[in-house]
Amino acid sequence: MPKDFEPSSGIGASSKRREDIRFLTGSGRYTDDINLRRQTHVFFLRSDVAHGRLSGVDTSAAADMPGVLKIFTGADFAEIGGMPCGWQITDKHGQPMQEPKHPVLAHEKVRHVGEPIAAVVAETLAQARDAAEAIVVDIDELPAVVNMKEAVKDDAPKVHDDLTSNLCYDWGFVEENKEAVNKAFDDAAHVTTLELVNNRLVANPMEPRVAIGEYDRSAGDYTLYTTSQNPHVIRLLMGAFVLGIPEHKLRVVAPDVGGGFGTKIFHYQEEAFCTFAAKAVGRPVKWTSSRSEAFMSDAHGRDHVTKIELALDAKNNFTALRTDTYANMGAYLSTFAPSVPTWLHGTLMAGNYKTPLIYVNVKAVFTNTVPVDAYRGAGRPEATYQLERLIDKAAHELKVDPIKLRRQNFVTEFPYATPVAVEYDTGDYNATMDKLEEIADHAGFEARRRESEAKGKLRGFGVNCYIEACGIAPSNLVGQLGARAGLYESATVRVNATGGLVVMTGSHSHGQGHETSFAQVVADMIGIDENMVEIVHGDTARTPMGMGTYGSRSLAVGGSAMVRATEKIIAKAKKIASHLLEASEGDIELKDGAFSVAGTDKSVAWGDVTLAAYVPHNYPLEEIEPGLEETAFYDPSNFTYPAGAYACEVELDPETGHVTVERFTAADDFGNVVNPMIVTGQVHGGLAQGIGQALLENCVYDEDGQLLSASYMDYAMPRASDLPFYDVDHSCQTPCTHNPLGVKGCGEAGAIGSPPAVVNAVLDAMRSGGKDIGHIDMPVSPARVWEAMHG
Amino acid sequence: MYEFEIERPSSVADAVKALGQEDAQPLSGGQTLIPTLKARLAMPSVLVSLTGIKELQGVEMRDGALWIGGGTTHATVMHDAAESYPALAKLAARIGDPAVRNRGTIGGSLANNDPSACYPAAALASGATIETDRREIAADDYFQGMFTTALEEGEIVTGVRFPIPQAAHYEKFIQPASRFPLVAAYVAQFSDGVRVAITGASNEGVFRWTEAEAALSERFDADALDGLTLDGGNMIGDLHGSGAYRAHLCGVMTRRAVQAIA
Ligand SMILES: Cc1cc2nc3c(=O)[nH]c(=O)nc-3n(C[C@H](O)[C@H](O)[C@H](O)COP(=O)(O)OP(=O)(O)OC[C@H]3O[C@@H](n4cnc5c(N)ncnc54)[C@H](O)[C@@H]3O)c2cc1C
Repeated sequence: MPKDFEPSSGIGASSKRREDIRFLTGSGRYTDDINLRRQTHVFFLRSDVAHGRLSGVDTSAAADMPGVLKIFTGADFAEIGGMPCGWQITDKHGQPMQEPKHPVLAHEKVRHVGEPIAAVVAETLAQARDAAEAIVVDIDELPAVVNMKEAVKDDAPKVHDDLTSNLCYDWGFVEENKEAVNKAFDDAAHVTTLELVNNRLVANPMEPRVAIGEYDRSAGDYTLYTTSQNPHVIRLLMGAFVLGIPEHKLRVVAPDVGGGFGTKIFHYQEEAFCTFAAKAVGRPVKWTSSRSEAFMSDAHGRDHVTKIELALDAKNNFTALRTDTYANMGAYLSTFAPSVPTWLHGTLMAGNYKTPLIYVNVKAVFTNTVPVDAYRGAGRPEATYQLERLIDKAAHELKVDPIKLRRQNFVTEFPYATPVAVEYDTGDYNATMDKLEEIADHAGFEARRRESEAKGKLRGFGVNCYIEACGIAPSNLVGQLGARAGLYESATVRVNATGGLVVMTGSHSHGQGHETSFAQVVADMIGIDENMVEIVHGDTARTPMGMGTYGSRSLAVGGSAMVRATEKIIAKAKKIASHLLEASEGDIELKDGAFSVAGTDKSVAWGDVTLAAYVPHNYPLEEIEPGLEETAFYDPSNFTYPAGAYACEVELDPETGHVTVERFTAADDFGNVVNPMIVTGQVHGGLAQGIGQALLENCVYDEDGQLLSASYMDYAMPRASDLPFYDVDHSCQTPCTHNPLGVKGCGEAGAIGSPPAVVNAVLDAMRSGGKDIGHIDMPVSPARVWEAMHG
Repeated sequence: MYEFEIERPSSVADAVKALGQEDAQPLSGGQTLIPTLKARLAMPSVLVSLTGIKELQGVEMRDGALWIGGGTTHATVMHDAAESYPALAKLAARIGDPAVRNRGTIGGSLANNDPSACYPAAALASGATIETDRREIAADDYFQGMFTTALEEGEIVTGVRFPIPQAAHYEKFIQPASRFPLVAAYVAQFSDGVRVAITGASNEGVFRWTEAEAALSERFDADALDGLTLDGGNMIGDLHGSGAYRAHLCGVMTRRAVQAIA
């Protein structure tokens, strides 16, 4: 039910983000703000060639340079575990993927520009950098593989000598359906085919990565301060798989983190290096990435090349879908890379539609480029882009209205089991499409088009739908799919004697506003002021084992854990209250921060109960323990399925090819909404990144594996002036049926749902100018548009 | 950065003297030089800061021309030339972002002569004179190709004299990442003819489009440019556009500049 009023506090209130006070006044404490006593600095000497054999790394001259404490090379890590991969894919023949070794520092070979070859630890960064220039590196250059289709040819140079080829895996999904899908294509009344590229992106969080390793010799304890979205995951991966440090001897702290967008999920070499080197050097070791290093060492996103086909019957019903995708892994497998083009992509190919037969083929390929992994949306934007571009193309080929064609094929009954393994619990795709058409003023478009034409511009209108699977994930299910981790979340709720609460969550906030929205939930459940609740996150020493924040999972999974823990608190508090009120427990009600006995005026305040828990003079000690602190782990039973419909209106300058986004409308169904303002902000940010991908951003390598878009001089980030004022609506709400808050997640929707609408709108504008080109690849830059218009 | 010494002279004479030292280099707003140093792509032993030299500052009318001191920031030009030479002030207003405009200077921009910089187009189209510590150089002789100028070792741009055209307009099509010009055209209409300078396009740096000048001097109307084209063969081709695309944009930007004036 659409909500037409907004409460002033608690669930549903647009409470101001309390963390913004420190972020906006320069008092945030980011990893780079941490400086430890006797700290040293590391500079990584990185490969400037994409592929080569390391025949020698001579550090002798550098070692004598001023301030140098120790220089490390690949040989120092030869006996130590490599960087682990957290997900194993089984290919279409039932074989495990090819999994190359991933050293902390390059050993024997370099495989991408930016791969660290040596690390110089010195008193100052400048000294470390000076010394790094004195290291003599001998590399016998090898031909690089950059293009995925070239890379899988028999005679292609191999990125990893010990693998059989550059093919990581060849995944078929659902393999058993393949024949039926092919048959449906043979029987189709119409088939639409599309080949497209999902452009490679660099996440570019405002804060670059930082790592500081510290070792306490007396206790034998390590601490790593790092810019991570999931400190416990880093502790587990680095401790267990790389350095062999048990969890109780390793603390990982991720303090304020200035944006992650996925690229700060992964465990990186620099983290392992600084932790290892802190012991070897006997002093803390700090690394702060420069922006240039970030371009060539942060995991990149997207980079799929796809052929997709849709079969329709004579009545324009979708009968089958078939895709063939090449997914770039880069030179090594980043932490969750193999899962992105498979389980986070193939399972979403049904979209919002009841296509009965689907077959997805994905070939993951090694190339001499930076590793590619999850970036805002991870797999789901790629799925959405293909499908929603394809449906638009089909509509134009069949000369039917693209919105009508979508509506005709919508899933309308829930729960709905797709042919690609997932079950949508709830949704209403017509409702969001109705809302979209209303607020995008679809009816008024033709008049706006005429206004643009009067100025010599072309105007286009494009829509798309999207669905995503968020709230990852049921641990037993992902375990079957190859995840080497569980995907539950945790929370400890600690009530203090005077009634204030501290919630220690395994989720991690790096811009999402958890400190505000999580507090709203707990305060609402108890009926107290939000300011009585404090949220603690980002430190393995202070929070229970949690899996962190990505995949729009924090409220759906982390919030659910917090609700479960708070329910335990309330249950125990009611026991205490029943004792204090001398009433039976079943009669106790909690409302507005007070416990009362049903049907009487007897009541006791929240604070009296919490005080009794810690000063248990008048207390049922024989029945319950003193204290009020509870922990819960929540493992979801299904994914959540946010969905919606987006519309983009562009103006195109036919003389220059320049495209401007004039209007952008988003109608989302996120289920219940805890803080509408924060949700709106999340959509805004996602849209900026989605529009950025569609119009501006492009990570480009040349054929030798040199990164051409290696700085902001060539990598175009979206800026405020590139974006319109958005119309964002989330009043269509079908609450998630299987988590206690009925929430679905909103963090990635904007980035998933916007690129196809932009491209559909550009193609519509071109058609209105008499140019029907069928498809144009992202980013839709002025030069590309101009070439397409005049080609 | 590598280590360097820094000197802060307060007169042009002292600056010139300081620049006589081995591997000395002037530092003005630092918006080009500092990133270069941070990337360790240059290794000057002495930086001679020009920002403390009063005689390099100012925007004023001198003998019917607009004089701008070599150390004047883009932000100052944007404000102080707004009435005397609005087209130039508007050009300054669209260089980089506020931080760049508050530090970057006209002298630094002209000395650097980036093939995509804005000021060279204004200087060339206006027929400006570049003043240095030792001579005056006509803009037509000053720009000598990508990152190359007539400046000698240690020579300082002390000022620029802009004759003020009857009308002028700078039309800039931005490169989406850097927001420097992908191609920009500066059209200046004088009583004795029209001058057109193009930046961003050519491998040779800023240049005058003489055919367009002739056509527009004949008849100052965008239609006068019909049929005129430039060859994309020697134009910059990169991630953001081919030479052919840039050649096409030269025509579009010039036409739009004329339309903005007419
Ligand atoms: C983000 C960003 C965006 C930008 N966008 C634009 C743009 O859109 N258009 C544009 O035109 N420019 C742009 N620039 C460049 C900017 O205009 C620079 O300020 C300018 O090119 C250099 O001026 P400066 O005073 O900073 O010179 P510096 O960086 O100090 O010096 C540049 C070079 O000139 C030399 N030099 C400096 N002053 C003198 C002098 N008086 N005499 C002789 N030699 C001298 C120095 O030794 C050095 O070699 C941008 C820069 C940045 C960082």
